[in-house]
Amino acid sequence: MADLGRICLPLALLICVYGIGASIYGARTGRIEFSDSGRRSVYALAIVLTVAFGVLELAFLRNDFAFNTVADTSSRTTPTFYRAAAVWSSQEGSLLLWAWLLSLWSSLALFLVRRRMRDVAAYATAILLGFGAFFISLMIFYASPFSTTNPAPAEGVGLDPLLRFPTMMIHPPMLYSGYTLCTIPLAFGMGALLARRVDADWIKAIRRFAFAAWLFLGIGILLGARWSYSELGWGGYWGWDAVENASLMPWLTGTAFLHSLMIQEKRGMLKVWNVSLVLATGTLAIMGTFLVRSGILNSIHAFGGATLGVPFVVLIGILIAASIYLVVSRRDMLRSQHRLDSLLSREAIFLGNNIVLVALCFVIFWGTYFPLISEAFTGTEASVGPPWFDRYTVPLALLLVLLSGIGPVIAWRRATFANARRNFAVPLLSALVTLVVLLAAGVAHKAFAIAMFCCAAFVLGSISQEFFRGTRARRAMAGEALPVALVALVRRNRRRYGGYVVHLGIAVLFVGVAASSSFQHAVEQRLSVGGSTHVGKYTVRYVRPTATITPKNDAVHTGSTLNIGAVLDVSKGGRHVATLSPSEGFYDSGEPAQGTVGHLIGGQAVSHISMSAGVTRDVWTAIAPDISTPALQRIVSIGNRTLPADEGVVALGVLAREYLKHPPAAQFHFIVSPLVMWIWIGGLIVLGGGLIAIWPTPSAVRRRVAMRSRARAAHGLARA
Amino acid sequence: MGLEYWVAMNPSRKRTVRLIVALSAAVLLASALIYTSFSAASPALSPTQLVRQAQPGRSYQVTGTVVHGSVRHEGNGLDFSVADRAGGTAIPVAYTGTVPDPFREGREVIVTVQKQGARYVGERDSLITKCPSKYKTAPAGEKQNY
Repeated sequence: MADLGRICLPLALLICVYGIGASIYGARTGRIEFSDSGRRSVYALAIVLTVAFGVLELAFLRNDFAFNTVADTSSRTTPTFYRAAAVWSSQEGSLLLWAWLLSLWSSLALFLVRRRMRDVAAYATAILLGFGAFFISLMIFYASPFSTTNPAPAEGVGLDPLLRFPTMMIHPPMLYSGYTLCTIPLAFGMGALLARRVDADWIKAIRRFAFAAWLFLGIGILLGARWSYSELGWGGYWGWDAVENASLMPWLTGTAFLHSLMIQEKRGMLKVWNVSLVLATGTLAIMGTFLVRSGILNSIHAFGGATLGVPFVVLIGILIAASIYLVVSRRDMLRSQHRLDSLLSREAIFLGNNIVLVALCFVIFWGTYFPLISEAFTGTEASVGPPWFDRYTVPLALLLVLLSGIGPVIAWRRATFANARRNFAVPLLSALVTLVVLLAAGVAHKAFAIAMFCCAAFVLGSISQEFFRGTRARRAMAGEALPVALVALVRRNRRRYGGYVVHLGIAVLFVGVAASSSFQHAVEQRLSVGGSTHVGKYTVRYVRPTATITPKNDAVHTGSTLNIGAVLDVSKGGRHVATLSPSEGFYDSGEPAQGTVGHLIGGQAVSHISMSAGVTRDVWTAIAPDISTPALQRIVSIGNRTLPADEGVVALGVLAREYLKHPPAAQFHFIVSPLVMWIWIGGLIVLGGGLIAIWPTPSAVRRRVAMRSRARAAHGLARA
Repeated sequence: MGLEYWVAMNPSRKRTVRLIVALSAAVLLASALIYTSFSAASPALSPTQLVRQAQPGRSYQVTGTVVHGSVRHEGNGLDFSVADRAGGTAIPVAYTGTVPDPFREGREVIVTVQKQGARYVGERDSLITKCPSKYKTAPAGEKQNY
């Protein structure tokens, strides 16, 4: 099996090299058969890489520990679900996933434009295959997923228990889809510049892919936040960690591009800006992959060794140099057809939104790469913490939410006073009412949260007004019923109303962020059985300990060996609210040196948090039990001395019983966060809006069908 | 006078003025950002460097391995010592806040600390454990590298 995979990689590289040559030759000489052949080599690449990925996935599912990656990141005790997801937990596997997804998305993009923009598409093909060749070379020369060990080890190390969380199955593919999709606009942008065809065609061709990249990246980021919140045992969803930031940066520039491209479509402005954003987004996506994969910055995610640093730096250097050269040398073609008429117009607001997004990206870029920057300037590596990020990102985020409410209702070209009064009365009123209500509720001391709630109310007002007016107009014209009119309105202009829904979702999401970060109560407390503590208005009592041995399948099916936790009673004002049972899972380390019992619990320990999630608040609990007491350690050491290798679990049973009989005090972490759920709800609204916007409109489908039949007719005529 | 002068100005001159104002604002904000990043940053040091250089009241990000046998739960806090990866000087850290799951003796951690007397007090919730997968030893057996 490994041989098949090993053949795939050089074959894929050959296909890339051939495809690059054929496409460039086709583009330069205008010989269509060569550019077509180049495009087909992308399809061939997708097939070969699918086989390669299939081989690796199968090796994981079959526990084929001859594969080094399988032995390093999987084991027989790893549940099947997580074995399937373990493929992308290793350096090698994730490089293969990157290349595979790139080949799939590129095939789709190139297939969709196969009869249009041949010269641009040919250059784009060469660039996409160039990325493919880069990642395949990395696998061939630095980190082969198909390297094997002979004889095969009997058992693998197992998937890192922290990664045994359901979103592990979907978070990395989403993120990588986002990253790879970001390179498609980049390839077409560079292609358009190379072919000197910078009209609106290429923008139209990649619009949907830019949107898809944005959507996938967004889902990936949100799933990551969710994983952090419910698995990492610290109760936060965002920590300004280098790897989180790496995925946020291309998302921000992508968001900016999705807005500014509308100005290019409508008014022929901002061409240099748009193409720069596209190139920056693609480059940031590659840098994001580099950051995750090189281990150059300290991060909880620092996966890889430093071996991949140099090739990535070279690639990023080439990308930046090529981008700058292309934009500067083609600047005459990128002149705007119009000028900004007024600072009070939709164009200006969009421009403002772009500046805020790029400023956000710059802040995050500076903070993320600061350790490297500081080392270059001062000689010592230094880093900035979350407070530094917050200082700049919080005001920018406020501004951004406010602009997302103004943008949809302000007029193009020049807003008049009458227009402003007509459009801003409702949003302003809703913001004001929110402000009064909040001040009356006595939360005046949290300025950021209040400002964010008011901005969100403003957005809610402006979006609802747009939906209301559109629906009312349809009802007046067509006499439709309310729901019919609403659906028809959205279907007629999916992009616009989908976009509005996205704005609404973002506002909701930020309400959740503002509330949960400003009004959170967190308590770290050591409790014995029967003890209790106050967290905000809640009282948490440690009712009784729990201890179960879970050799194969524990309650959450992550493959832990021992699970120790607590039953907690949460009450508010004497009334029972919830019973929670956080626990900690202990895992087999696979190291016989720790003893027959010791190795069973010698691996990583992972928190299984327990929470009562609600629309108004989450009560979040985690436990760090103490199993290092002399009595418990004695059981382990006696077991190590007396028990045969396969009966270590007997001692775990004794240990669990002893823990239940004489439970030592345990360390707890309690958090009460209001409105956290709205972050996830906001995310789902954004997803819904995104899907509405990205779905092919009926008219577009009709146009395509009409075009096809016209093409057929023309073909028939030509033959006649 | 100001407003009339602005209204009467020719459009291309107006654009230039606007551009200069916008650019100066951007440069000003960027300088503030860069200045604060240098002043707010905590230098990353090894325990040995920290012992030599630490000034009281300043934050440092120390990277090192947790010394075996040094971890103790004190009330709601956690006390442990960190040493250079190669051994050598160990510094005592008194830490409060979230302890990441992979934290344990012998593992590499990063924590932001301030010197207080002979002790180093960890900044709340600043403890990071490096992902253990990075330090995994290669499984035994002959490796046939591709």
